[in-house]
Amino acid sequence: MGASISLDFITHKFSATAEPTLKDIENRIEPGELVALIGRSGCGKSTLLHMMAGLLIPTEGCVRINSHQVAKPSAKWNMMFQKASLYPWMSVKENAALGLIFDGVSKGEAGQRVDALLDMVGLNDKKNANVQSLSGGQQQRVALARSLATEPEVLLLDEPFSALDAFTRTQLQEEVPNICRERGLTMVIVTHDIDEAIAMADRVLIMSQNPGRIVGELVVDLPWPRRHMDAGFQAMRDELMKQFKGTDTGLAGRHTSVADESEKTASAA
Amino acid sequence: MSTSNSQSIPVTNMMPNMGWFLGLFKSLQYPALGITCLLALWWVGGYMIEADPDLSAFSAFAPAPTFSALVDMVSSGEVWAPIGSSLYRILAGLVWGIAIGVPVGVTVGYFGVALKVTNVPFQFLRMISPLAWMPVAVLAFDSWDSAIIFLIVMATVWPIIFSTAHGVRRIDPNWFKVARNLGASGFQMLRRIILPAIMTDVMAGIRLAVGVAWVVLVPAEYLGVTSGLGYAINDARDTLAYDYLAAVVLVIGIIGYGLDTVCSVLIKRFNWHVE
Repeated sequence: MGASISLDFITHKFSATAEPTLKDIENRIEPGELVALIGRSGCGKSTLLHMMAGLLIPTEGCVRINSHQVAKPSAKWNMMFQKASLYPWMSVKENAALGLIFDGVSKGEAGQRVDALLDMVGLNDKKNANVQSLSGGQQQRVALARSLATEPEVLLLDEPFSALDAFTRTQLQEEVPNICRERGLTMVIVTHDIDEAIAMADRVLIMSQNPGRIVGELVVDLPWPRRHMDAGFQAMRDELMKQFKGTDTGLAGRHTSVADESEKTASAA
Repeated sequence: MSTSNSQSIPVTNMMPNMGWFLGLFKSLQYPALGITCLLALWWVGGYMIEADPDLSAFSAFAPAPTFSALVDMVSSGEVWAPIGSSLYRILAGLVWGIAIGVPVGVTVGYFGVALKVTNVPFQFLRMISPLAWMPVAVLAFDSWDSAIIFLIVMATVWPIIFSTAHGVRRIDPNWFKVARNLGASGFQMLRRIILPAIMTDVMAGIRLAVGVAWVVLVPAEYLGVTSGLGYAINDARDTLAYDYLAAVVLVIGIIGYGLDTVCSVLIKRFNWHVE
């Protein structure tokens, strides 16, 4: 089952004299909720995610998972990174089982437990392969199986698909929320891709920069699976764009032009 | 159809054998050429020594007397005792070198402060010839054997420390982050992540160390001891048995080459990089 996450008045400075990177962050994520954190590069969204993972401790305030204060990393709140960072001296199966090995599970039992997971992520014929022979998408699937193997309550994703090709990315954007929903996991994904946020999350939190704050929120009440071409999806994207412009997060670029174009087509029709 | 089939079968069976021989020949042709050149130079040198009346007393250094002395030493079995003593010293020195070098190297590589503190002293100590420690070694150890092993340790420990530290510094920082995130303890991090990650570098350091140690061993055995290949050279010189002296030199070269080959096989074995 998933766990709740509460962000209790988090302020963070990387040094005593520096301007705060994060300021007065407060939010509560319900058990089993899928949340996307979006914002411009450098707004501190990844820093906030590292705090949820216990890889970084905020200078003020704290993260609580199921009301326990997060003080160090744990396999119960597991993070997936942009790079799969698999260990090349281990096979696919050994990589996936690593968290269980750290937890003191015997090699044989760990192997059995990751078998089904590797089937689920579509690597049933690659279990004994050298991880260096896998494609980027396959490597990220191993990392996903590795994160799920320890049966976490929270899955934290730090732009995990940004280095993948569009086809694989779309597939994983569909598969990962499905897995989380089936298992009741709480998921938090950090992304700068508006489509990814809408495709994967129940709720999108918008962050501003200098200092990093949560400045907007959008509930995505679209049915699953999410289709990028659906009218609802498009409307949700426009709404999110509007919030961005309103909060002046500077997250413009290609998404603005996409929104502008859709406005043009709408007015032309 | 059937005739063409029956003809093609032996041909396809022959092909792999031919290919294998061809491959072996190709892989050996350049080393064989090199060895032949070396032997030719040696032979020419021997010929010139023999032709010079001032030097003809040393004519036993030529290939023919050397090989016959080598055959003598091998057939009488007298070659094995010095080889055994020398290999024992080098292995003992290497074991100590690894036991000290790997933990120190991991510490220096992992903690930036340790690197800053040790860099100058280590570079200073590294440049001192291991043989320069001989007087110290003789005072500090009560047996010649221990003194020689100490010199070997002084030769092996530096390449192992530097190579290990270099390996640790090269580790992808994400590997630490992922492992911490999966709940690795300090010991698990060392055993499952750091040691396998640096194994190739450690082996490369050991390979360098073996080379230096083998070179240092022979002069170290000139002193005090009455066994080993270095002693055998000294002994042959004192008895004017130059053919035996050259044969021992040959044995030293062959064993050194063998040790290096073992190391390079181990490096390949532990290398996880995709070629």
